[in-house]
Amino acid sequence: MMLDPYKIREDFPILKRKINNHSLIYFDNGATTQKPKQVIEAIKNFYENHNANVHRAVHTLSQEASELYENAHEKVASFINADGMEEIIFVRGTTEAINLVAYAWGLHNLKREDEVITSLMEHHSNIVPWEKLSKINEFHIKYADVNADGTLNYEAFENMVSRKTKLVCISHVSNVTGAINDIKRIAKITHEHDALLLVDGAQSVPHMPVDVKALDADFLAFSGHKMLGPTGIGCLYGKREILEEMQPFHGGGEMIREVSYDFSTKRCSISWNDLPWKFEAGTPNICGGVGLMEAVKYLEGIGMENVKEHEFMLTEYAMQRMQECEKVKVYGPKDASAKCGIIPFNVEGVNSHDVALFLDTYGITVRSGFHCAQPLHQIFKLKSTARASFYIYNTREEIDKFIQVLKEIEQF
Amino acid sequence: MVTLEDYVARIEETCGEEKNFIVIFKYNKKDEAIAKILKKTKKIKSISNIIFELTFKNTSFRLYGTGKAIFRELKEKNELNALLADLLL
Repeated sequence: MMLDPYKIREDFPILKRKINNHSLIYFDNGATTQKPKQVIEAIKNFYENHNANVHRAVHTLSQEASELYENAHEKVASFINADGMEEIIFVRGTTEAINLVAYAWGLHNLKREDEVITSLMEHHSNIVPWEKLSKINEFHIKYADVNADGTLNYEAFENMVSRKTKLVCISHVSNVTGAINDIKRIAKITHEHDALLLVDGAQSVPHMPVDVKALDADFLAFSGHKMLGPTGIGCLYGKREILEEMQPFHGGGEMIREVSYDFSTKRCSISWNDLPWKFEAGTPNICGGVGLMEAVKYLEGIGMENVKEHEFMLTEYAMQRMQECEKVKVYGPKDASAKCGIIPFNVEGVNSHDVALFLDTYGITVRSGFHCAQPLHQIFKLKSTARASFYIYNTREEIDKFIQVLKEIEQF
Repeated sequence: MVTLEDYVARIEETCGEEKNFIVIFKYNKKDEAIAKILKKTKKIKSISNIIFELTFKNTSFRLYGTGKAIFRELKEKNELNALLADLLL
């Protein structure tokens, strides 16, 4: 059953806004998504009725806040088919999740002779932490090549994996082209070489069913704000046995079981808290977790297969209609079924930022620039691209308007 | 004394290989800023008085009725500030 975007739109107050005297057409979902009133209400309700710090307090409000926060972990765990909340660490977003793996696992496990494999299609957040850490631990980083359509060159990747490989870090879906990587295939070869697999799920978890067991990912990082949730909350999934072995990322309150002062040595000895709290130092983003839980409930209510199907329909329609524009060049896979709802493009002779400003004049929001993926643009020899990205509330009529304005841009 | 800050809300240096500057005018001053700019520049082309391709002192730029302008041929922010001062002050 297809979802009904018109019914869904009723839940999103911001979509009633006018931008520059035009109805807002929000095509910047790859950057962040809009929030349904259910999420907004959950946040409001939390602060109006349940706000308190979580854990280690006996009063009623704290118990309520703790329960909500733990339920949020459980809800996210079931959403991606993890084995319970112990495998779900709440972080600020995908970037922090990847940094957590870099510094809580990589710092202690990657040595000079080791190799980390990533790819040229990655977001900077899956490049910079590894480049930064390699300056400390002196391990090697290898970048798997991409094909002309932005898909991963599997042959090149598979030839790269060796006994030296300790970690493969790769995006599930490219944030530039929308190309979907075959994570099961990547996991198989990664694990055959006894390496671990970190998947950047920032552009997949919000848009398609994701099952960590089926994928056999060791880590999965994703952001709440790209899936209807608030900003400042995201998740790192990790297999329990790996998380158990890892050192904490940040130190402070909440992540410890005991900090005991030894009067003879005049030092403190510290033992870590249970999972997932071992990795959640300090007062967490409690309300963010509550908002994310509501976002997950909302998406579950629609059904992730329906989300995927709707985006496929929009992407196929948009790509087909963009062919009417003689000066518009679309990048990435030509087959809409091989990608999520992301379309990078340029208009011949017009700078991508100009394209974005032009569209903004008509209330249409797209992103322009490198999309935090400069290496991929270098490979494509592109100075920058404009990017339209869709979600559950977008419609074919919005795409029609988008095409109409693109044709105007061509004439300018 | 009137300054650039009276008109300009923000200047964004864009990412991408081309170093573009996008000037965002203050909402309540954008119409005044647009009028001043149009008065001092040469219009190359325009669409429905909402998007203008303009030149001024050998620099071409695009001005949007939404209160934004994109300057593509400047290397330094100082150059942009000088140009904006000539246009607005």
